[in-house]
Amino acid sequence: MLLDALTLNAGHNAAVVVLGTAAFGLAAGAVGAFVLLRGRALIADAAAHAMLPGVAGAFLLALALGGDPRALPALLAGAAVAAALAVLAVDALAATGRLKDDAAMALVLSVGFGLGMVLFSVVQALPVGGQAGLKGFILGQAAGMLEGDALLIAGLAIAAAALLALLFRPLALLCFDPSFAAAVGLPVRALDLVLLSLMLGVAVIGLGAVGALMVVGLMVIPAATARLLTGRLATMVVLSALLGAASAWIGSAVSAARPGLPTGATIVLVASALFVLALLFAPERGIVARTMQRVPAAPRRDGASPGRGRSMSAAG
Amino acid sequence: MRAPDPVPLPPEPALAVHGLSVAYGGTTVLRDVSWEVRPGTLAAVIGPNGAGKSTFLKAVLGLIPRLSGEVRLFGRPLAEARRRVAYLPQRASVDWDFPLTALQVAAQGRYPHVGWFRPLPRHERDRALAALAEVGLADLADRRIGALSGGQQQRVFLARALALEAELMLMDEPFAGVDAASEAAILAVLRRLARDGRTVIAVHHDLATAPATFSEVLLLNGRVIAAGPMATTFTAEALAETYGAPIPLAAAA
Repeated sequence: MLLDALTLNAGHNAAVVVLGTAAFGLAAGAVGAFVLLRGRALIADAAAHAMLPGVAGAFLLALALGGDPRALPALLAGAAVAAALAVLAVDALAATGRLKDDAAMALVLSVGFGLGMVLFSVVQALPVGGQAGLKGFILGQAAGMLEGDALLIAGLAIAAAALLALLFRPLALLCFDPSFAAAVGLPVRALDLVLLSLMLGVAVIGLGAVGALMVVGLMVIPAATARLLTGRLATMVVLSALLGAASAWIGSAVSAARPGLPTGATIVLVASALFVLALLFAPERGIVARTMQRVPAAPRRDGASPGRGRSMSAAG
Repeated sequence: MRAPDPVPLPPEPALAVHGLSVAYGGTTVLRDVSWEVRPGTLAAVIGPNGAGKSTFLKAVLGLIPRLSGEVRLFGRPLAEARRRVAYLPQRASVDWDFPLTALQVAAQGRYPHVGWFRPLPRHERDRALAALAEVGLADLADRRIGALSGGQQQRVFLARALALEAELMLMDEPFAGVDAASEAAILAVLRRLARDGRTVIAVHHDLATAPATFSEVLLLNGRVIAAGPMATTFTAEALAETYGAPIPLAAAA
């Protein structure tokens, strides 16, 4: 059963789910590499949690206006608006100077999640049908993915990859050295906005498949794994995308083979397993390789530049 | 311009700052700073920690908003002169574990000239390589920046600034935390730049080496304490006023 799902032989619907989720994983991994290098992982998580009240709010709003509360475009639009508001809220809180960035992000994340859970319980108590589907937005329920959804996700993934390829050099400089980027005239605010929009876009398209709590995992974990495996930026971005796709492929196949497993959580566990393997066995930065380097290093007597250099760069 | 004009105009200052004030979250960091630097000068910005030295460079480059004041580069506003200015940020301001090689960082100084949307052509890559060679790092071009020593990282930043081929270079502590070899390499580059008529304005911490390295100085502590030629400005009295305590100048004498 698992093998069938992995090899896309478990029926058309299962294949659609696996391929659609893998396309999302590809985009999440590629965008995630830049999110990680720009130090935006936490703010991405705050924004992702804030998508939940956005979904519930859109559901309630559609109901109040007499529309179809389950219409996916409206729910995702609500998620996108709420996530963007969360980013603005973090910036505004940090700009007051009364809260540090991490505290502002933790605050927005908790408020977003708490508000989402309260609104979800309000929705559950309503005498209308269809609320049950909302639960899938928390931890992910890819099983309901239709062919159109999968194609949409694939299209967005290709668009995100193309944008990253086009803006690769400016984004790389933005992540490495924003002051220098601004000094040579790059529009750093606009570039940051592009990166933020990509991050929000990926979070929104992943909402249905892997859930609000897990989307950021699929951005950050493959990127961290790729960083362990390579010292070259372009390789890291491609590797991160492939690791994201592979994690999503395997994870969604596993959850398809065992109904009841939340897709997002399963995918993140697969991604984490790959991360642990890289942490242990990565060629240069892995724990095993580091330990092996240290053993013959003890009797070395050259003393001068290499050892000192490494300690200085660690300090800087 | 008019060809038969017999009297050459005096050269515009490379940098002219008038009445510059900068505030961070309600606190004024720089107050009413005015200073001019002629082309071909090596100038030092000196002052205690928190004096606003880095802020001064950033405000000149438009990286942080100015409260008031005017900045002119070669007689023009920043927007018209950006291509003529290079910036060398503090080494500690970036993550050196970033997945880049020394050559890739140096090449960042070429993209503003050739555009950001295609790989560097070979001859442009060679120019970035030449900049690395000038700071003595040609052999380490393909080394990851995280594997370089602090002094080598500082020289990579200098190579990137050189690759911009700018007439005015603003450097934030180019000598910070470098060993003797890197210090000598950086010093040689600064001297070459001055010979070529380039202007360097550097935040500098080492009072002992300042007089031998720079010809002009700005003593700064939130405001201008003194500014002018090193020989007449860099006095014990001015330093005492800058640092709020007597500074022994044994090495400088």
